[in-house]
Amino acid sequence: MTVATEARRQLQGAGGRRQATDQIVRVLVYLAAAVALTPLVWILASVIMQGIGQIITIEWWTQDLSGVTDRSAGGGALAAIVGTLTIGLITGLIAVPIGVLGAVFLIEYGRGTKAARVVSFMVDILSGVPSIVAALFVYALIITTLGGNRSTFAASFALVLLMLPTVLRSTEEMLKLVPDSLREASYALGVSKWKTILMVVIPTAFSGIATGVVLGLARVMGETAPLLILVAYAQNLNLSPTVDTMATLPTLINRARNVAETLPGYERVWGAALTLILIVMGLNLLARWIARASRLKER
Amino acid sequence: MSADDVDSNATTDLRDPVAEQAAAQHDVTMTASGPRPRAASPATPDHPESVHLTKVGHLGDTIFRGSAWTAAIILVALVAFVGIFLLVTAIPSLMQNQENFLTSTRWDIGNPATGGTLAFGIAGLLWTTVLSSIVAMMVAVPIAVGTALLITQYLRPKVGSTIGFLVDLLAAVPSIVFGLWGAKLFGPSLAPLYGWIRDTFGWIPLFGPGVDSTSNVLTASLVLAIMILPIITAVSRDVFAQTPRDHIEAALALGATKWEMIRTAVIPYGRSGVVAASMLGLGRALGETVAVMIILSQVNDTSINVSLFAGGETFASKIANNAAEFDSPAKTGAYIAAGLVLFLVTFAVNAAARIVVDRRRVK
Repeated sequence: MTVATEARRQLQGAGGRRQATDQIVRVLVYLAAAVALTPLVWILASVIMQGIGQIITIEWWTQDLSGVTDRSAGGGALAAIVGTLTIGLITGLIAVPIGVLGAVFLIEYGRGTKAARVVSFMVDILSGVPSIVAALFVYALIITTLGGNRSTFAASFALVLLMLPTVLRSTEEMLKLVPDSLREASYALGVSKWKTILMVVIPTAFSGIATGVVLGLARVMGETAPLLILVAYAQNLNLSPTVDTMATLPTLINRARNVAETLPGYERVWGAALTLILIVMGLNLLARWIARASRLKER
Repeated sequence: MSADDVDSNATTDLRDPVAEQAAAQHDVTMTASGPRPRAASPATPDHPESVHLTKVGHLGDTIFRGSAWTAAIILVALVAFVGIFLLVTAIPSLMQNQENFLTSTRWDIGNPATGGTLAFGIAGLLWTTVLSSIVAMMVAVPIAVGTALLITQYLRPKVGSTIGFLVDLLAAVPSIVFGLWGAKLFGPSLAPLYGWIRDTFGWIPLFGPGVDSTSNVLTASLVLAIMILPIITAVSRDVFAQTPRDHIEAALALGATKWEMIRTAVIPYGRSGVVAASMLGLGRALGETVAVMIILSQVNDTSINVSLFAGGETFASKIANNAAEFDSPAKTGAYIAAGLVLFLVTFAVNAAARIVVDRRRVK
């Protein structure tokens, strides 16, 4: 055996080991993705299978649960659906203006200043505040300190804290991408700064703002903790946000999950879970669609 | 793999639609709103009407600047208020507390004004919270990093972004549904595995005796791991996708296999990003409420059980479980004191993540 062939043999041996490691890692990363996606499939499949029977009935969407006990079938989730949408609407009405204006501040007024860095840091902290802490804060502020009551408004206020960072960050991302030449063109025509922002910058960034708003709504509508602490559950339809009881889909699930599994009341858990997933995932897909549609239009 | 097809800029779990479209919008904004500035009338100093217009413009500017500043101040004040109000509400209860708040595991909450005892400490809650979150992070990070590597380095961009989208979709499942699934379906399915671990490794305190059902800390940790997967995957994917092209090609040109290229080019570049992502995930896990509340069974013995098979309560689940107890300021204050500690812990973790990100940006 010559030196050359011996060297080649060793090299091939090493190469074989390297190839084997490469293959093992390849298998591992595919496995990781499979493990990551299994829960999604499992959750969706089980919720759909157990909830579909409930939500395909007309009563589910048109009746509330007043007078319906856990032992009787019938009734629907109208009250909870309306409650979830109402809370989402109130939260959005408060959070969107503050979030958009906050982003305008960061990009148009405070860019590069110390104030902007402080605000930006606070938004990061806010996005990490657990929902239960936001709920306790609102409890401490409105109920303990100001002597108010539990109400839909209080719950919405807590959810505002959770929605603000999402709206602000996606607005900010888009405002950042509006080219300065556009602003300068507007100033050169004698347009004042606020009109430039309102008429040029924000419309240009509109789809990004819309995406952020929809994603923010999706996040707050799926939240449960603030609702447990700040608004009592009610079986019947309630349209006034100042009354202290309001049904929502998450609290409907939370109540019905303790019902014995043999009773009809328990099935509402899965119906409500499926309805909630449809709303939240629907909003997420809508956000993605807005983003994609605006991109296609502009191409 | 062309750079602009890779889903980049995903700094939070569901942000990439924005980033995707932002990238697309960058080069078209001129045409998108070109005509608009022309609509506004240009102001010339010698025209009386335009003087009037300029004045309106100044007033508008003042108002608009004022509202932007107000929004900014509200944002800063909100975070400060969260800390201040929690502290102020917690102090009276902490003063009346008969136990050491930090080291006791007792939780007897009554209203002293009506003769109840107020004796509470957070040691037990802190243990369960930290244990479940750290286990969740340890389970989630390898899976998330593997998925992020698959998406950015192994798959074609189209397929990769589809997988990324599906992982993001996991973040759209409400936490109460995760809790329901964990308690009713996922947990019970793990019973045989738990039995085997107990039989084989029961001599290790971490796998010692706990509650009989599968509603234990380990189930909660595994569900938490699934819940924080999307954010860790999204952030890791983002940093991996930004690995400089020439580093990758230099490694491949030297004859590196794909794994060797990843080990020598992609991972060193993305390490700090993955660390930040893991801490963001940890922050989420620490504060997760409803899923843990549903899964974890409460136990009467509040002393610390080090086993992963123990029941117990985290800060968040303790507070949520007892929302009905908030009937007097003294009792509420005890739970708010626990919430304050949770706030400080998540604040520290998130601030640390932010510092890692900033340092990376400077580099």
